[in-house]
Amino acid sequence: MQVSREEILHIADLADLNIEEEKIDKYLLNLQDILNFANIVNKQDVSNLEITIGSNEAKNVFRKDEVKVFENTESLLENAPKKEQNMFKIPKVIN
Amino acid sequence: MDITELTVHELQQKLKNKELTAVQIVKAYIDRINEKEPKVDAFITLQLEEALKKAEEIDSKIANGEDISSLAGIPIGIKDNICTKGVKTTCASKMLENFIAPYDATVMEKINAEEIIDLGKLNMDEFAMGSSTEYSYFKKTKNPWDLTRIPGGSSGGPAAAVAANLVPWALGTDTGGSIRQPAAVCGVVGLKPTYGLVSRYGVVAFASSLDQVGTFTKDVEDCAKLLNVIAGRDEKDTTSVDVGKKDYTQSLGKEIKGLKIGVPKEFYGEGINQEVKNAILNAMEEYKKLGAEVEEFSLDVAELSLATYYIIACAEASSNLGRYDGIRYGYRTKNYNNVRELMKNSRSEGFGEEVKRRIILGTYVLSSGYYDAYYKKAQQVRTLVNNKFNEAFKKYDVLLTPTSPTTAFKLGEKSTNPLEMYLSDICTVSVNIAGLPGISIPCGVDSKGLPIGMQLIGNKFSEETILKVAYAYEKQTKFRENYKPTFKEGV
Repeated sequence: MQVSREEILHIADLADLNIEEEKIDKYLLNLQDILNFANIVNKQDVSNLEITIGSNEAKNVFRKDEVKVFENTESLLENAPKKEQNMFKIPKVIN
Repeated sequence: MDITELTVHELQQKLKNKELTAVQIVKAYIDRINEKEPKVDAFITLQLEEALKKAEEIDSKIANGEDISSLAGIPIGIKDNICTKGVKTTCASKMLENFIAPYDATVMEKINAEEIIDLGKLNMDEFAMGSSTEYSYFKKTKNPWDLTRIPGGSSGGPAAAVAANLVPWALGTDTGGSIRQPAAVCGVVGLKPTYGLVSRYGVVAFASSLDQVGTFTKDVEDCAKLLNVIAGRDEKDTTSVDVGKKDYTQSLGKEIKGLKIGVPKEFYGEGINQEVKNAILNAMEEYKKLGAEVEEFSLDVAELSLATYYIIACAEASSNLGRYDGIRYGYRTKNYNNVRELMKNSRSEGFGEEVKRRIILGTYVLSSGYYDAYYKKAQQVRTLVNNKFNEAFKKYDVLLTPTSPTTAFKLGEKSTNPLEMYLSDICTVSVNIAGLPGISIPCGVDSKGLPIGMQLIGNKFSEETILKVAYAYEKQTKFRENYKPTFKEGV
């Protein structure tokens, strides 16, 4: 499958990434290379096979919905790039 | 006696007999790190003062006759994508350069409970994406067998540190070969356990259906000992499995006579270096001498798995790495006017090239229009790979393959060609796709004196079998007695 310039820019935008103008061609080339290789999966007839999501049996694992207190909330906030009092600080979201 | 040459089981013996103290052991490692780390560059963060303090505490516990773990006072190194409370956990990324883990990964709780002493956090490819550790944001780790060559990846730091005797053993993670391939090219033992045997809680997620924590050790006995420490069901990781408490050292030394070893011929065909092939042929002969039944057979999964791997791993990564948005932790750009710019610019400046490439590829294969052609197809192929392995394990107890298609390549040789780098994982990824256990052990050196690794693959939760088979070979061939890293530049 051929990937276009517009497509890669659209995908990057979906992934919240900027691609610098001068690097677009390189990304395109790499992506195309890898996709061509990955195309091996399309040469196999697997139409009658189920999908595998994880490697162990797919079953729900339940646990009780209990509140557990995480004592050290300060350590979480210490990693915040910006904070005010005990909150994460971000730019205004609603205009 | 060079303390840093000793295996963990030898150190344990000397601690028990009071021939050595924990302080003596830690000091020996500090001296060794001061001498060799500038050449190898295996560590991102060192914890030497803290380590010495802990060693003193342990020695006084021993002096007071307190009941302590038989591993208390043994040092370790930890790959920098495993959370260590109060210590930087960077994933070798600018994104997490200043991230201090607020809690311990479950495997770290287990390490700490044994009073094993953490000497520091080890280098890796950024977010564990790579096969040479060259994609680390901080530094390039060198291979102790030739300092102009790569240590493999993504756990290049742990592999090089164990090979260079900077730590007696280490923890790593393996998503597509990130323990086994570096272990192979650094001449040490590397184990990726069955998916689900070890908790992933507190391990920075790359591809959650493939990631698994495992071990780097000097020999197979140490490997079994470290697996004893880290294995076990954890309620914080719902994919972890309860297989009961086992002592993995129990199977070591048991006979392998009559055991069936299958050698899939597709794993040492085209693209595999001739010297690596020869080493595998020799290993087959050794196993025959040990009484195993060794047979070639066809298992056409290597290439198919690699293609599947890069679709599934990148898809999962694109989702897992969505959390890095510069808001609650991690890198935040200075350049933004609104929230969207904050997130987009933080991600674009905080992630390296390879990580961005994989996020884009992952987003592409999950996007509408391509989902069925790539992602769904890859999941179906995953079933096919599982089925083929299931068939193989009806006939054989263990499979034997090369670990890496080549010995260590030169720094810079493949870092500009992503696809070529990906091909380094051709022998290892199928094991992750099927969730099987795999161990890499040294099986000789090439004409340049660089180590060659072989991989033993077992059926799910059959770690005891592959450890037993690896141990038998190790005892027979004595790699560590015959070969040592040279720390030379260019061989």
